[in-house]
Amino acid sequence: MTFESAIFYFFAAVLLGSAAMVVTIRNPVKSALFLVLAFVSAACLWMLLKAEFLAIVLVLVYVGAVMVLFLFVVMMIDVNLAVLRQGFGDYLPVGGLVAVLMVVEIALAVGPKQFAADHLAHAAANAAHPHYSNTRALGLLLYTTYVYPFEIAAVILLVAIIAAIALTMRRRPDTKYQDPARQVEVRAKDRMRIVKMRAEPKA
Amino acid sequence: MGELTTLWGNLPVWSQVLLWDLVKIVAIVAPLMLSVAYLTFAERKVIGYMQVRIGPNRVGPRGWLQPIADGVKLLLKEIIVPSGANKALFIAAPVLALLPALVAWAVVPFTSTLVLANVNAGLLFVLAVTSMGVYGVVIAGWASNSKYAFLGSLRSAAQIVAYEIAMGFALVGVLMAAGTLNLRQIALDQAGGFWHWLFLPLFPLFLVYFISGVAETNRAPFDVAEGESEIVAGFHVEYSGMTFALFFLAEYANMILLSALTAILFLGGWLPPFDFAPFTWVPPLGWFLLKVSVILFLYLWLRATFPRYRYDQIMRLGWKVLIPVTLVWLGVMGFVMFYTPWAFLFYR
Repeated sequence: MTFESAIFYFFAAVLLGSAAMVVTIRNPVKSALFLVLAFVSAACLWMLLKAEFLAIVLVLVYVGAVMVLFLFVVMMIDVNLAVLRQGFGDYLPVGGLVAVLMVVEIALAVGPKQFAADHLAHAAANAAHPHYSNTRALGLLLYTTYVYPFEIAAVILLVAIIAAIALTMRRRPDTKYQDPARQVEVRAKDRMRIVKMRAEPKA
Repeated sequence: MGELTTLWGNLPVWSQVLLWDLVKIVAIVAPLMLSVAYLTFAERKVIGYMQVRIGPNRVGPRGWLQPIADGVKLLLKEIIVPSGANKALFIAAPVLALLPALVAWAVVPFTSTLVLANVNAGLLFVLAVTSMGVYGVVIAGWASNSKYAFLGSLRSAAQIVAYEIAMGFALVGVLMAAGTLNLRQIALDQAGGFWHWLFLPLFPLFLVYFISGVAETNRAPFDVAEGESEIVAGFHVEYSGMTFALFFLAEYANMILLSALTAILFLGGWLPPFDFAPFTWVPPLGWFLLKVSVILFLYLWLRATFPRYRYDQIMRLGWKVLIPVTLVWLGVMGFVMFYTPWAFLFYR
């Protein structure tokens, strides 16, 4: 076993272990933290595959932003696990079916057929080039060949953001808030008058 | 000596690489920790003078041994774990706060040749690693089982997410101007005098980056996560001894890191401001340290000058001022670079 494969098996074990903990542990905050650990180990695996852009963006977006907000929410709301666990048996067949379907889909999409050695020979030859930059290659593909799917995905996300804000935003006329523009406009002479006078009465 | 070299030669290659890297890491982290110690001293002195006091002057000549004394005191103090706290996470939190602040130094170039790992996606790496620093604060607040600490960590989480977006957008401007993610290359692109440094064409982004940097490090005037007057000491209120010291180390190491990044991204890194005789005599590392020190002084100056922001003001500044400023400037840059003959202003 080479040093590299030892690292691979280490991170793969951490990834599987933490992913299992996410769904089995009772405390929701710890579960979210295990999800963070799963993301980080997945990023390390991608780093081993020389997909440094994907690995770093996974950490940046999911670990650095999404999971922080997720933890924020999970810490604030009091999750009652007893209620959550009700009807576990009723949902098991449907949930199990969905899980099996997802595993099959993932296997079809990223199975050995697409990632066989002869498919990747071309990519490996590119990557062996000393000035090869994974980030640049990905950027070129995204903004040329796949520019329409990319932009459409962006628009869909934007729609989702606007919808989420529209659904949750309430205008509450009873809350008091300050208008920063008016605060900045305030001048001392509008509010107070300086009166010059002697410190002591005239002797 | 001869025995040592044969011993070295007999080691497997991977362990040679590992040992050599360890030596380099120590060569970066040890001076860094020393600078952190003396930055705390500098902070107390600078703020002291700004408030017409002298600051620490009792321990050692002119108070120079004060940070050492502080360190020894914190090392010897008892670590108290509050009842009802989650012990494992309570101990892990300060470590998680300090780790990213140290890991990010792996890709920071000190001069054009002095860098531990000259990676292609260096800027992204730094951004990703520093974004993990918030976990220390969030976990500390939650694991302490204390309302004050919890409020501090919630504030910190919201604040860091808000300012990270502004910071990321400011860095997009740097990427557009430099055309690379490699930190060394970004600095080298600014060669040839201070008028080539990126802070001039990217001035709004430079300001946004600096302000977000102050907010990301939880420094005054953005230090609501500790906010002594409202929530006692925020996320680290339950910490004592060395666990508290680790949070302190993390904050100052992050300050130095962000100053170094500002110097590299916007102020030409280790390059001299003029490319002729008296300025080129100073070694590159000297210029780099000088620039970092000047930016660090700005941090201290800010702390001595401004009162703390209110929480809603912080959110407003992040979301409604800094992010729109970066978006407008990116639009301006894109338009000028692709549709006008003045693209040379941004891109060399």
